[in-house]
Amino acid sequence: MSERIGDYLDTVRLYGRYVGISVRSQLQYRASFLMLTLSQFVLVGSEFLGIWALFGRFGNLRGWSLAEVALLFGMISVSFALAEGCVRGFDTFPALVKNGDFDRLLLRPRGTAFQVAAQEWQLMRLGRLVHGVAVLGWAAVALDMAWSLPKILLLGAAIVGGACLFCGLFVLQATLAFWTVETLEIMNTVTYGGVETAQYPLAIYQPWFRRFFTLVVPLACANYFPAQALLGRPDPLGSPPLFQWLSPVVGGLFLAGALQVWKVGLRHYCSTGS
Amino acid sequence: MTAYNAVFSARFQTLLQYRAAAAAGFGTQLFWGLIRTMIFEAFYRSGAAPQPMSLPQVVTYVWLGQAMLVLIPWNVDADVRAMIRSGTVAYELVRPLDLYTLWYSRALALRTAPALLRALPMFAVAGCFFGMQPPPSLAAGAAWLAATAGAALLAGAITTLITISLLWTLSGEGVSRLLPAVTMLFAGYVLPLPLFPDWAQALLSFLPFAGLADTPFRMYLGHLPPEAVFGVLGHQLAWTAALVLLGRAALARATRRMVVQGG
Repeated sequence: MSERIGDYLDTVRLYGRYVGISVRSQLQYRASFLMLTLSQFVLVGSEFLGIWALFGRFGNLRGWSLAEVALLFGMISVSFALAEGCVRGFDTFPALVKNGDFDRLLLRPRGTAFQVAAQEWQLMRLGRLVHGVAVLGWAAVALDMAWSLPKILLLGAAIVGGACLFCGLFVLQATLAFWTVETLEIMNTVTYGGVETAQYPLAIYQPWFRRFFTLVVPLACANYFPAQALLGRPDPLGSPPLFQWLSPVVGGLFLAGALQVWKVGLRHYCSTGS
Repeated sequence: MTAYNAVFSARFQTLLQYRAAAAAGFGTQLFWGLIRTMIFEAFYRSGAAPQPMSLPQVVTYVWLGQAMLVLIPWNVDADVRAMIRSGTVAYELVRPLDLYTLWYSRALALRTAPALLRALPMFAVAGCFFGMQPPPSLAAGAAWLAATAGAALLAGAITTLITISLLWTLSGEGVSRLLPAVTMLFAGYVLPLPLFPDWAQALLSFLPFAGLADTPFRMYLGHLPPEAVFGVLGHQLAWTAALVLLGRAALARATRRMVVQGG
């Protein structure tokens, strides 16, 4: 048992070194890094600016206030930023397979998923992360609600669950590279499209759209259902409170499933040579 | 002049071959357009107060945005970027051609050819299935086409400016990512510009970015009357001229002080 804990800590330390190397290399191009991070901040910031302007024009979104939507926005932004920061290493995966460099990873005494993910820890995602945290902070204050310890824990769990969900999606996107040596751009619709969708309350969308983002890609479990519990409001979609409190777990399950699919792809992997 | 026309048409025809690349983003764009229209629909059903634009207009505006998306200067010529990185840009300076105009011709092709490839199917699909309306009159349609030509010239100038900035920041990631983010916001891709607060309208209509998408789209919708096309074109061309002059000055400075590594 203590051996396994030792192994686990060892892996964490190794991940830390990967991150350190990646961060140092990105900081070499300081001006570029600052511009990149700023551009991420502006991109996410302008999305929220649009929402703020719309609330200025319409006053509410189907009964939801700006502060409530800001809570949803902040939660999903932070989840996505965390996932993007950690797992974008998988973007380079198709190139690894094409060049045959993936074979080198297979020879190393560590899990392949870990190695691919750890290759690149994208510093620029700080832009979205900082903005997400700022919006979340503003929402927490503006909502004028009692933040009990269980609620804070639920918020944290929801954000982590959302991050796991997005990580799972990125892993799946890369896993497709095992079968077609290019990743499919369609996955972008569920990741970026998913973030855009989840920034607003799920209740405003058409039923078929809602079903997709609850059952197929369970984004609703990343922020919408937990938010219902946090806000203490009755869910127009009729979900029971117990489900709302447990929904962050779904993100973790999704990631576990995605990693299983990755393992399947690994078993069938035939190198293209180098 | 004929040399630059030749460069433009050669590049244009080459880019028209990238049909697979044009098809690749299509599904994503459809999805995106759908999400945006659903969100606007939900907002419009949340309040009955009169708005600067009606919902059908906003829906058509969103789909116009998706159709013309790649006209916005979101990328630079990959060949030129590679040239700058490797140092072979020095060969470009030896050519008996004005470098700015050469790059501008390429930039113009880069903006217009992919836009043409993507716009036609998007108009077809969004027009048939997703509520995109045709222009209310022939005059509005003609005005829109003229304004779009102006937008292309402006977009070419911005693209060339970003390309020139690569001569300073070798890794190229910074300005070429920051400017598109800013451009999208002020061109009306986050929210149609008329829906921004009234106090912001003066700034939004002054900046060049409105001329890239917002004002041509509003000509299409009839939100701006067809006679307004002269004002729109004037605004676009004035900014284009200013950005061309800025670009030429920046390029002259860069080539005087350039240090080529390798190549």
